Amino acid sequence: MSLRVKGLSVRYGPVPAVSDVDLDIADGEVVALLGPSGCGKSTLLRAVAGLEPVGAGVVSWDGTDLAGTPVHRRGFGLVFQDGQLFPHRDVAGNVAFGLRMHRVEREAREKRVAELLELVGLAGYRKRRVTELSGGEQQRVALARALAPRPKLLLLDEPLSALDRALREQLAVDLARLLRETGATALVVTHDHDEAFTLADRVAVMRAGRIVQVGVPTEVWQRPADVETARFLGCGKVLPASVAWALVGVDARVGLRATALRTDPSGTIEAEVLERVHRRDHVRLLVRIGDDDFEAVAPVAEPPSPGDRVTLSVDHDGVAIIG
Amino acid sequence: MAHVGPGLSPRLGPRLTWSFAALLPLAFLGVFFAWPVLAIVGLGLGEGGVLPVLARADTWDLVGFTLGQAAGATALALVTGMPVAFLLARCRVRGAGVVRAAVMVPFVLPTVVVGLAFRALWPDGGVLPIVLANAFFNVAVVARTVGGLWARVDRRAEDAARALGASRVRAFTSVVLPSLAPAIGSAASVVFLFCATSFGVVLVLGGARHRTLETEIYLRTVELFDLSGAAALSLVQFAAVIAVLVIGGLARRKREKALPLRIEPTRRPVGGEWGVVVAAWLVVSLLLTPVVGLVVRSLATDDGWSFAGYAALAGTGERGTLAVSGLDAALNSVRTATDATMVALLVGVVSAVVLVGLRRHGSWFAETLDTALMLPLGVSAVTLGFGYLITMDALPGDFRTSPLLVPLAQALVVTPLIVRIVLPVLRAVDERLRQAAATLGASPWRVWREVDFPLASRSLVAAAGFGFVVALGEFGATSFLARPDAPTLPVVIARLMSRPGELNSQMAYAACALLMVVTTAAVLVIERLRVPSGGEF
Repeated sequence: MSLRVKGLSVRYGPVPAVSDVDLDIADGEVVALLGPSGCGKSTLLRAVAGLEPVGAGVVSWDGTDLAGTPVHRRGFGLVFQDGQLFPHRDVAGNVAFGLRMHRVEREAREKRVAELLELVGLAGYRKRRVTELSGGEQQRVALARALAPRPKLLLLDEPLSALDRALREQLAVDLARLLRETGATALVVTHDHDEAFTLADRVAVMRAGRIVQVGVPTEVWQRPADVETARFLGCGKVLPASVAWALVGVDARVGLRATALRTDPSGTIEAEVLERVHRRDHVRLLVRIGDDDFEAVAPVAEPPSPGDRVTLSVDHDGVAIIG
Repeated sequence: MAHVGPGLSPRLGPRLTWSFAALLPLAFLGVFFAWPVLAIVGLGLGEGGVLPVLARADTWDLVGFTLGQAAGATALALVTGMPVAFLLARCRVRGAGVVRAAVMVPFVLPTVVVGLAFRALWPDGGVLPIVLANAFFNVAVVARTVGGLWARVDRRAEDAARALGASRVRAFTSVVLPSLAPAIGSAASVVFLFCATSFGVVLVLGGARHRTLETEIYLRTVELFDLSGAAALSLVQFAAVIAVLVIGGLARRKREKALPLRIEPTRRPVGGEWGVVVAAWLVVSLLLTPVVGLVVRSLATDDGWSFAGYAALAGTGERGTLAVSGLDAALNSVRTATDATMVALLVGVVSAVVLVGLRRHGSWFAETLDTALMLPLGVSAVTLGFGYLITMDALPGDFRTSPLLVPLAQALVVTPLIVRIVLPVLRAVDERLRQAAATLGASPWRVWREVDFPLASRSLVAAAGFGFVVALGEFGATSFLARPDAPTLPVVIARLMSRPGELNSQMAYAACALLMVVTTAAVLVIERLRVPSGGEF
């Protein structure tokens, strides 16, 4: 019960979208494909679903090559960014669609629909028109619809990106719980690392059509494979080993996130504040240390002003070791 | 999406299947369109030849008048159609639904009916009523085609121009108009075609004085038996038609690529916009004038108001002008139009499905088929009818006497309309919606059944309705092909008008009014069924 992608390449005409990708997903595992937009992650997902012609390489399930298996016989569920619910069917009709395609008897079908609507928190929505649902509700229906025929593998293409932030964070937690509860094997495409780390057992970082790093979330977060991955994961500043040793006490090339440097009256690093921006739960500073500029954070209460001299200390959660 | 991996068959398979499915519409076009038309071409080239006809000055007078009146009518239809398009696309005012339906009525009215309606207003005919009548038909094409795009043009671009200091007029000419250009170009080319090949109105209003290529072909064939001359003229017309179709095809392609999904919400007009709305209402009331005039004329006799014309429809006219009663002709019309609609629906829907399928698989063939399917729209129905007469005897059982001949000819005229109504709706179905169905286990055929067809169902019904009324009013080909003992209502009307007798003309007007009522009722029902901006006409 596992997916194996081996040497997969997909091209759009002369343009390579996915190049020589290897990826395995074990039974019950949730893997996130994380990368900036245009890196080929959605194309890879679509190739796994059978929606994109494969240029080279193999997609196999339990050792069986899927090249000759059309989309509708793969038994992989797919959830799009914007739901893509059938507008001419009600909520129950959408969820029951896959069951009808698999010739599930009426009674069993209705039972399963009720079960799934319960699972996604939409019990009582059976007869609702899908066009009357909010974005979050639509996405829940889309998820229930994809899960209903018990897919071997669930493919989620930026499932939360179309939602606004508060809803997205809530749904990410719900989705993570749901994936665990149903024991689903899933591949999630996202450009949001919070989302990837919330949902996934393992994260595959993708760039320019290639997978550059695969690992559990903490590993990827703390030890990005290269400078560009570190930058993509929020490290605004990359320091060579010599400078890193002097500033943060690590003898390696490191990436610093803004949270790596915090204002601290008992800190040992002296800096001058250049700019100040208020964020949701902290204040973001641009500071000058020696003759180089860094980002730093300060608490919301009584933040320093531009021109002030402050002392900073290092928070090692904000420091990533590269390589 | 068009990539096919070297030596990979999964994508080539469906493409071959689609190309194979294209054979049905192609075979239909081949036998019932290309063959008769080519036979005419052959006749023109064979006998007297085209050159002597081309060398004659009066041929060029004909060409000049044909193109001139078409250009005039096209310009008029554009000028009058634009305010209506604006109202339909942008304004939230009372009665917009009425405007939408009212503007559609003239488009489907039988040409003979419109000819008579204008003759009721201009008893002597002439150039002006010809141009007016041709424009009258086609305001709908402009209003719907341009309005359809206008409703999707992002209002914010216009707002941005205004915020940058452009006046309302300036914002319109520099921002809105350029983005509407593809639709205007597409509408203009279609309208020009319709006007250049218009037959019924020119025959009724122009008489022997004002002739176009279309009516001249008819007169030479039917009255002068100058077959080679008629064929040569058909050839000239065909060349012009292909030129216009190619130009129109280019414009249409641009438009379909540019069609965004969102539809701008309508809002109440402000300031000078009311002027445009008033102009639109004025256009609509002018459009309804001939319609009302016709009803009045059908009731007015020398002895005051009377239903004599309607009563006479049960008989065969004054001194037995007709071979059958008006009632029989009406029944025959309905039967013929029903058959034609079924054939056209079959061919039209298969064509639309094949076009969408081919295009999804990135086939170059789609564009060619698309243009080929539009050809019958532009080739004169008279040429077609004439072509049938000289070819159909070769089919098993002398097809010329088959009761299917007229429905098939009508179906050919109707099919392009059905394709134009259904195709944009099918094409607008989001590919990912279909993919969602596929991942849930629906086979390719099942996806069509479960997703595309339900989403297009309303436009299918609308297409059937439109097809029916257009077939009901078809005159050009029918007048050629209908057997004397089985005429349709428009043929009967023309016959009645060409014979003397007060009762005959009264009967003709009554028959016209009846056809108009049926047509209008059908349009009103269809309008209720159509999704907003669901098609091109």
